[in-house]
Amino acid sequence: MGGIAAILVEDLDMAYGDFVLMRDLNFTVNRGDVFIIMGGSGCGKSTLLKILVGLKSPARGRVFFGDIDLWAADPKTREAIQRRFGILYQSGALWSSMTLAENIALPLQQYTKLTPGQVREVVALKLALVGLAGFEDFYPSEISGGMKKRAGLARAMALDPDILFFDEPSAGLDPVSSRLLDDLILELRESLKTTIVVVTHELASIFAIGNNSIYLDVEEKTITASGDPRKLRDDSPNSNVHKFLTRGEEGSHNE
Amino acid sequence: MNVSMDTTPAPPRLLATRPAADTLLLELSGSWRLTEPLPETDEVKGSIESSKNIGQIAFDTTRLGDWDSGLIIYLMRIFDACSKAGIQVDRKGLPEGVRRLMTLAAEVPERKGAKRGIQKEAFLSSLGGRAVDASRAAKDIIDFLGESFVAFGGLLKGKATFRRADLLLLIEECGLQALPIVSLISLLVGLILAFVGAIQLKLFGAQVYVADIVAIAMVRVMGAIMTGIIMAGRTGAAFAAQIGTMQVNEEIDALKTMGISPVDFLVLPRMIALIIMMPLLCIYADLMGIIGGLIVGVGMLNINPIEYLNRTQETLTLTTFWIGLFHSAVFGVLVAMAGCLRGMQCGRSASDVGYAATSAVVTGIVSIIIATAIITFMCEVLGL
Repeated sequence: MGGIAAILVEDLDMAYGDFVLMRDLNFTVNRGDVFIIMGGSGCGKSTLLKILVGLKSPARGRVFFGDIDLWAADPKTREAIQRRFGILYQSGALWSSMTLAENIALPLQQYTKLTPGQVREVVALKLALVGLAGFEDFYPSEISGGMKKRAGLARAMALDPDILFFDEPSAGLDPVSSRLLDDLILELRESLKTTIVVVTHELASIFAIGNNSIYLDVEEKTITASGDPRKLRDDSPNSNVHKFLTRGEEGSHNE
Repeated sequence: MNVSMDTTPAPPRLLATRPAADTLLLELSGSWRLTEPLPETDEVKGSIESSKNIGQIAFDTTRLGDWDSGLIIYLMRIFDACSKAGIQVDRKGLPEGVRRLMTLAAEVPERKGAKRGIQKEAFLSSLGGRAVDASRAAKDIIDFLGESFVAFGGLLKGKATFRRADLLLLIEECGLQALPIVSLISLLVGLILAFVGAIQLKLFGAQVYVADIVAIAMVRVMGAIMTGIIMAGRTGAAFAAQIGTMQVNEEIDALKTMGISPVDFLVLPRMIALIIMMPLLCIYADLMGIIGGLIVGVGMLNINPIEYLNRTQETLTLTTFWIGLFHSAVFGVLVAMAGCLRGMQCGRSASDVGYAATSAVVTGIVSIIIATAIITFMCEVLGL
């Protein structure tokens, strides 16, 4: 399905008040991509994600999903677009007063006509997919950080979204869990053909899952490189990008 | 699978055929999505259970359109029925994505002991559990009182660890910023007292004694009670919510592990702030109440303002004033304690914070009323 644009960003500027974070961002996320937004701390990766999902308005520019500009659309259309998203927030953002099952069931009850029995089955399936089978009746405060993140992913996947957004998925996870999450991301892309947008600076994840990427440069305040991250690592002419992707170990081409 | 949203998909259909004697072939067509109503499994289950000679089930999905989790939960139900009936399932006909997701879902087995059944408790054991909970709650309160007392001792020795800026900010928050609401409420209470009193006193032509009623009632107890209740609702709830949120964010844990006692750092400045500000607010409330009485006296009963003030001055003794101040200082401690205690006891979720705030207000108001009863009784005994 490659080549069809899922998200198209044109001439985007991001700013907080007068402080411009990034300007003139232009990029395309294709259907079925695992698209990585990378860059050093404070470069505006998470802000860009917020603009893409409709939480923060851009200073200038357009974000197209299909033919529709998210930020020019009327609220109803915007909501319809947002319903096709699944978002995994940095710390899971599970609703703390609901059990895991209730967390995942909420979007299902809101947007589908499933019977309570079917909702329970979908919830069980989603929890099983993220390796949390049987944890339906736990509250978010009773499980570990990594489990919260996986439960957050189960909730993000509840409605089988077309596009999944991940904000720092491997932050705070041990290497094995983080690897399992990467595998899960790839599996979702393969089996459900979900488009995936990931904000991260974990090199291992970037190379393991990403097939397309942009690099936000803090100094230049814009995108200085884009494409397959492995290719960027091996032959990007830009020294900052190269440094970032090799952890500053000049000349080394190993992960 | 990501077909654009506007095409209307074909409805999900299921056709069962028997190509071979021992095989049931399920032909799936149309779009199988969560958002669409899915066919019932009863029919398939029925034919699986009823016919004895089915050896295996196969699938034909050549005409299958979009699919998502809707299809998977449907298939899982059929698989369940098959494994119960001892029928083989041939997954070859299913789309690759479906097979992969089903394998993935089965990969991590349910962790033993994770599942929680609904436990029914016997009456006696639940009663016992409650008694244990109640004694634990009482112990918590006593622990908290003790810790606060020790913290006060530390303060007197100059060993408190809170920041002076915090204290000043708290004093401003619970003193200065409470003035508008305290003004309004006490003025109205003064008005009400005078109004209710006036109707009775008019019968005897003793209108001028309205000044006595208002002065004694406000200064001795009502000023303190009204400020106490206002502060319980305003500041006590805020304390509980602040400390509760810190509990949720593990900020209290961070203080503890840094060797800073949360009681010293959070509870002590709040108590000091309220103990200082409550009596001051109370004096202010007394004044506002007397002004409220004056308005009714002058406006409705045609008493001369000077006469009204003279009566007020004559009737008020220093003892009455001190009793009022004592009330308010006690209420300051109670409101601060209730707020901080409920905050420290707060659980780890958003609704726990709401519960802590509610419970701080309830505890604060109840303890204010009980304390008033005790103090009134003590004054009676002491003949004050």
